[in-house]
Amino acid sequence: MGVGIEVTNLNAWYGTNHTLQEINLNIPANHATALIGPSGCGKSTFVRCLNRMHETNPIARVTGSVKMGEMDIYAGAKPVQIRRRVGMVFQRPNPFPTMSIYDNVASGLKLNGYTNRRVLDETVERSLKKAALWDEVKNDLKKKSGASLSGGQQQRLCIARALAVDPEVLLMDEPASALDPVSTSKIEDLIFELKSQYTIVIVTHNMQQAARVAEKTGFFLNGRLVEFDSTHKIFTNPSDKRTEDYITGRFG
Amino acid sequence: MNTGAQTIRTGVRDWADRTVTFLAIAATVIVIAPLLAIFAYLLFKGAASLNLDFFTKIPLPPGESGGGMANAILGSGILLGIASVIGVPIGIGSGIFLAEFGRGTRLANAVRFTADVLNGVPSIVMGVATYALVVSPHIKWLPFVGHFSAMAGGIALGIMMIPTITRTTEEMLLMVPNAVREAALGLGVPNWRSVLSITVRTASPGIITGCMLAFARVAGETAPLIFTAFGNNFWSTNLNEPIEALPLQIWVYATGPYEEWHRLAWAGSLVLIVLIVFAVSLVRFVTSRGVLKGNS
Amino acid sequence: MLLCALSIFGIVVLIASELVLRSDLAWKAFGIHFFFNAETDSYTHLPLYWDPVNGHFSALPFVYGTLVSSFLALLLAVPLAVGVAIFLTEMCPRALRGILAFLTELLAAIPSIIYGFWALAVLTPLMREYVNPLLVKYLGWSGFFADDNPTGLGFTSAAIILAIMILPIISSLTREVMVAVPHSQREAVLALGATRWEMIRMGVLRNARIGIVGAIILGLGRALGETMAVEMVIGNTPEIHRSLLANGTSMAAVIASEYAEAVSDLHRSALTEIGLALFVVTIIVNALARVLVWAVTRGTPARLA
Repeated sequence: MGVGIEVTNLNAWYGTNHTLQEINLNIPANHATALIGPSGCGKSTFVRCLNRMHETNPIARVTGSVKMGEMDIYAGAKPVQIRRRVGMVFQRPNPFPTMSIYDNVASGLKLNGYTNRRVLDETVERSLKKAALWDEVKNDLKKKSGASLSGGQQQRLCIARALAVDPEVLLMDEPASALDPVSTSKIEDLIFELKSQYTIVIVTHNMQQAARVAEKTGFFLNGRLVEFDSTHKIFTNPSDKRTEDYITGRFG
Repeated sequence: MNTGAQTIRTGVRDWADRTVTFLAIAATVIVIAPLLAIFAYLLFKGAASLNLDFFTKIPLPPGESGGGMANAILGSGILLGIASVIGVPIGIGSGIFLAEFGRGTRLANAVRFTADVLNGVPSIVMGVATYALVVSPHIKWLPFVGHFSAMAGGIALGIMMIPTITRTTEEMLLMVPNAVREAALGLGVPNWRSVLSITVRTASPGIITGCMLAFARVAGETAPLIFTAFGNNFWSTNLNEPIEALPLQIWVYATGPYEEWHRLAWAGSLVLIVLIVFAVSLVRFVTSRGVLKGNS
Repeated sequence: MLLCALSIFGIVVLIASELVLRSDLAWKAFGIHFFFNAETDSYTHLPLYWDPVNGHFSALPFVYGTLVSSFLALLLAVPLAVGVAIFLTEMCPRALRGILAFLTELLAAIPSIIYGFWALAVLTPLMREYVNPLLVKYLGWSGFFADDNPTGLGFTSAAIILAIMILPIISSLTREVMVAVPHSQREAVLALGATRWEMIRMGVLRNARIGIVGAIILGLGRALGETMAVEMVIGNTPEIHRSLLANGTSMAAVIASEYAEAVSDLHRSALTEIGLALFVVTIIVNALARVLVWAVTRGTPARLA
């Protein structure tokens, strides 16, 4: 089951570029939260701060506090431990091309030292079913490589890979932006299915998508969180003028 | 999820990570330290041995002290001159073909592949082939063929320059932004003129640097000269006769028994190294400073 | 331009045809046995490998010497080269990376003759005084390190200098294929909670392995044909010994030391045939390596070799 995320005074830099400024918000457990805003507004940087992927770039820097359940991820915990509890799905599908479908899904478990065949088989099947990919690939699990699937299937494979280690939080950085409309709607259905079991944070530049899948929505602009509220309120009656301008298409 | 076994596993993983980090750093130190030592040793030995005589005198009979490698330096200069006359035009021409006219064609891929293969042919084999073609051919196809000569050595080195120059020219031309090409074509200039006057000119610092690199590389080649240029203890500027070369002279002196010879060989090595450091630095400067993009 | 490009084909064809033509005499005299067999002295029962004056020609000791020194060099160079490449691509601070990469380029460009001279002046005395006695003492039981060569020359010294020479090539090419692995692969592994080593192993090495094999084969090609440095330290003795400390010789080395003063047409022809064999082997090895490296770096912008 998912945990809530409490973000306090989060700041991030990229070189001398202050990409996130004083972010404060509470992301509820077991719900989907969407982050919207024009490109370059900091929404991607923000999710990358939630599993400390931001700092894998040597010129990046972060201050502030992020509490995930009881764990303060910027105080005491190691990035590696955090990333084991937080799954991430990237903008472009990135399955491991040299591994079979099965090995792709099992990769996280194998890293954690699971070698029991039965446990691996069960987890792979369960994860692929959760990612709605099982029926399409069950016959060539070990025959086909992860790269042989279509773009949409690859992205669902990446979701299955993230789910296999049973994370509490699932971060999705524009997971459908590189996909066709049919694959996009499959991914959206999936998010809808999964959000009761995991805390999902999804970055998107597609406002309809945010409206369809998320209970909560945050609007980012120029590195600041302008407004964070229920999705319904953001899209029907935003309290900030800038949010209204954005969702009515006056800029961005 | 976090059982006792998991905690142990985490310990093992952290340990493996630290071990590999240590090994990678250790490998780098093991590699870099002796290489720096070689370099420092060469600089030290060479600098201690170099003097004016080295550049102005010719070798003395074995056992006598003093003398220099002036004839070898001149000889290397002549050999490299011949080599450049052969290697530079063919190399640049092929490079332009690969990057501009033949780009993407099967012929260009075949030429590129052949150039890479030619680049990998051992220099000693190049010497044997040149011996067969020039020093002792079946047919006397030119007046200078039929014996050891500066021409033969120059031809061997020239052939060896071609693949390097071809590939660097191609790479330098590919670094020229497409916008430059399109700008020229947009003015209604025919393709061949735009290539020659715009693209090649834009890339010319890089192309010249590539030639310098090829030049410096063959300047140190010994194997293809042993039975082509052959070596000569005296002044010679005759292209039709055997000629001395710096690396050949270094080889003879380095493997010889006299301390004085070794001293001269170190000095010769230093001269070659300086040439190479110069060429490699130039390449790095041109490729990294964006000279090609016009913002130098 | 087209003519220039075609002349490259011409040169390779010309080289090949001349080598075939000039080795004809030896080929007719010995056939393929030249590379695999040697006559045996009827009196001493020792093999007669190479005695140009009395007309005994077998390339066996040269083939043996080339293979032993090259593979020994790979054994020494590959782990170090891959380690250096890992350090440079995944761990090294940016400022240091530039300096080290520059140094590597420089070392790849230093002439063979200078490495050979350094080996004669520094490496062989070091081997003679310190390394060889240790090898004999602790590994002598294996039979590969016999205490019968007081010179410090031999296969091991040749392999060490070869390893030093091919290290920059293997390591810079390995680095190139590792850099060509998309960043998203690294992120995918990291996001699963991998340590840095796990990220390198699963995200980088696994994807780049074909190219790394290519880099190693290219290093092998360079080692097989390397002439001057090997000629200076391998000992130039056309014999086959089990001991890696013994003097030996290589295909390239024997051409360098005997071709100019060949005693007969057959001698020269035999040397040319060794050259032809070297030519064919290096072409195959290089072609294979290029194909493998291209398979990985294809699609990424060309870089200056």
